[in-house]
Amino acid sequence: MAVKRPVDVNFMIGGEAGQGVQSVGVLLGKVFARGGFHVFADQDYESRIRGGHNFMRVRTSSRKTEAVSETVDMLLAINKETIDLHQPELASSGVIIYDGDTIKDVKSNGFLFSVPMARLAQEKTGDKLMSNTVALGAALRLVGYDMALMDGLLRDHFGGDVGEANVKAAHAGYDYAAQNFRTEFPHRLEPIGAARMFLTGNEAIALGAIAAGCKFIAAYPMTPATPILEYLATKAKDMDILVVQPEDEIAAINMALGASFAGLRAMTATSGSGFCLMVEGLGLAGVTETPCVIVNGQRPGPAVGLPTRTEQGDLAFVVHAACGDFPRAVLAPATIEDAFWVTVKAFNLAERYQVPVIILTDHYLAGSYATVDKFDMSRVTIDRGMVYAAAPGGDGYKRHKVTVNGISPRAFPGQKEVLVATDSDEHDEAGHLTESAEERRAQVQKRQRKAFELKHHGITPPELRGPKRADLTLIGWGSTYGAIKEAVELLLREGKSANWLHLNELWPFPAEPVADILCDAKESFVVESNASGQLAQIIRAETGKAVEGKILRYDGRPITPAYIVDHLRKESCCYGNVK
Amino acid sequence: MVTLNRVKTEEFVGLKPAWCPGCGNFGILNAVNRALVELELEPWQVLLVSGIGQAGKLPHYTRGNVFNSLHGRPIPVAVAAKMANPELTVIAVSGDGDAYGEGGNHFLHAMRRNHDITYLVHDNQVYALTKGQASPTSDPGFVTKTTPEGAVTPLNPIAVAIVAGATFVARSFAGDIDHLSSMIKAGISHKGFALIDVLQPCVTFNHQNTYKWYRERVYKLESGYDPADRNAACAKALEWGDRIPIGVIYRREGEPTFEDRLVALKKGPPVKQALDPRRAESLLAEFM
Repeated sequence: MAVKRPVDVNFMIGGEAGQGVQSVGVLLGKVFARGGFHVFADQDYESRIRGGHNFMRVRTSSRKTEAVSETVDMLLAINKETIDLHQPELASSGVIIYDGDTIKDVKSNGFLFSVPMARLAQEKTGDKLMSNTVALGAALRLVGYDMALMDGLLRDHFGGDVGEANVKAAHAGYDYAAQNFRTEFPHRLEPIGAARMFLTGNEAIALGAIAAGCKFIAAYPMTPATPILEYLATKAKDMDILVVQPEDEIAAINMALGASFAGLRAMTATSGSGFCLMVEGLGLAGVTETPCVIVNGQRPGPAVGLPTRTEQGDLAFVVHAACGDFPRAVLAPATIEDAFWVTVKAFNLAERYQVPVIILTDHYLAGSYATVDKFDMSRVTIDRGMVYAAAPGGDGYKRHKVTVNGISPRAFPGQKEVLVATDSDEHDEAGHLTESAEERRAQVQKRQRKAFELKHHGITPPELRGPKRADLTLIGWGSTYGAIKEAVELLLREGKSANWLHLNELWPFPAEPVADILCDAKESFVVESNASGQLAQIIRAETGKAVEGKILRYDGRPITPAYIVDHLRKESCCYGNVK
Repeated sequence: MVTLNRVKTEEFVGLKPAWCPGCGNFGILNAVNRALVELELEPWQVLLVSGIGQAGKLPHYTRGNVFNSLHGRPIPVAVAAKMANPELTVIAVSGDGDAYGEGGNHFLHAMRRNHDITYLVHDNQVYALTKGQASPTSDPGFVTKTTPEGAVTPLNPIAVAIVAGATFVARSFAGDIDHLSSMIKAGISHKGFALIDVLQPCVTFNHQNTYKWYRERVYKLESGYDPADRNAACAKALEWGDRIPIGVIYRREGEPTFEDRLVALKKGPPVKQALDPRRAESLLAEFM
């Protein structure tokens, strides 16, 4: 394939809840993914079922992209409000596609292109509901895309007569644009390679769980984690997964522990407030050494907060939640691709160290879509840790046997002659409650040894990206990866000296490698979606080193590359600011 | 009696109980052991899941697989273990505070879903482990340190269970081991959620509902009583005072259990299935 000029086009689809914003956005993203493009798409919606204002940004690029862009090249406006609200984001060469028959009195500085979507849909298919597909066809004509890919996608997506009708509608829009769009849209998108997968962070987690052999999920619906439960429910039959929607989050985590104790890989998924309810169960997992994977898809708190917005405000909470000392792991996927692999690792860590593992995502990562290379299942390993092999002649089995590394072989109930016992009370090696000071010390120390093992053998130390020494070091965790990466690229293009540390395995905190990196940093900033700089606090507590600079965002909107660079311009020494 | 059985009573001797001498829990423990022996269940085939309170200690004092969980949470642990391995006989054990107070939401919904477990509630109408406070089932006017003016209206677990959709609802008395063990056997044999509320004297903190008080009031359901009649069962459930019925108050046979409805269980116990990441390969196409 000939080398082409890099392209990076940002589409936005806007409308009311219920008008199909997400379906248009997903089809658009998928059709470009089928043409080999890198696509990143985020969703912005309100906590309501109908009405309000929703939009989805679909960024399509010839280079790997993992962040949204704030500049819109093409705006597909399903309603008038979309045009009014998003004018300021439109690029100077941007185009607004709308239906002038239904949206009147439009004023815009941008280039307005009216497509009679409803009329064409009615004429060509007899169904006005296909008007969004007409818009898709028009959009693809403007960028010169291959309609054969769209036809195939619509047929796969809708199937049968509905698929054919959608194909007609898309072509109606395409042909209309061919005849009536009289100027040149500056961006061309021609397929560049083989098809990629296009999926959300939640879907990547759910797939990771299935690949890792998760056989049980109990979860109570809560935005943004609900799609994990929904996806696994649709696969329950084919993949033999027990899926339960229980009465509350307390039941959810306790069910996951019951299933895990009985021998299954088990998980639950929730958001911050639901996690609050699970905290006692988290401690139960800790003391009974029952493996469990808990997804916390963060949204702005405290309490109900902003239900459909994003934040990274639960980090300090989840690393410390529950009474008493016990080991746990906290992993925060950096990208949608990473979400798959982090989930696989979460199940392995949970069983290897017999601990609860928390996967910390957020609304942005959970609900955004990205293209990924097809997951290679041959790279997925399942490590169930130490499993007890019964010795013939009697049950000397002790579930909480004291061992050198603190890990006791696991047996599951239902094995002849073996009795498995555990207790939320402090217990002896056999799992029966005890108040002996000696037994207590032995069990606490055993659990602490597991924390040590987990920290030094389970957690992968983070790597510094970019030059070892730089004027500016950015430090981030979780879903801000794409934004920070792109911000650093912008800085480098401006001739600044910058590097970047990103953590996706946060607890037990890899203190030594982080401390080493900070020793070499001249000026450093954390980049976090919360109000207090929670990673900076943990770094201070765990390494004794202070990260003075903080680029924080807590309005519920995602951190973007431009947001980071704007802050640096005002605050960093790199831009001549004096401290 | 014991020698007739393949499984011996001695197999169910666990740790030495730390209960008060004379505690109603001893009768319940004996009845549980007798029921398991008579059902020819061996300890490894049984999972006992308990909560917190003096009742929560019972699993340690018999023998079996044990998950002593949090206060109020034995039901979610127990039902999930049953789904994971339906071959286990799963018995959840609570006190009245555990079951009807802290765990009330789980209690309600587990009955509605009809999980195939047995739920044994040691109902002594008082919080004893915390040394004598009112419980959800304390009689009205029951004076404790936290209810100096007397307890308010009690929860009626039998009535709640029938209305919530339980398919087996029984009451027994810790002072009648023959009756109690027969109820536990019937509960374990029942396919579906079986509640057994056990009237249990607390010799230390409840000087009102004593062995004598219960003995004067409990009576076994008459032979003509039909536990399949839900309306009659509701009326019977409301009987409390001078006469307290014990026995199977409500039973509905043939109702699908929660496990029956789980598609993932059609191929046998999930715990026996091999894990293979390649199975997920087939799911990737829909994302392209």
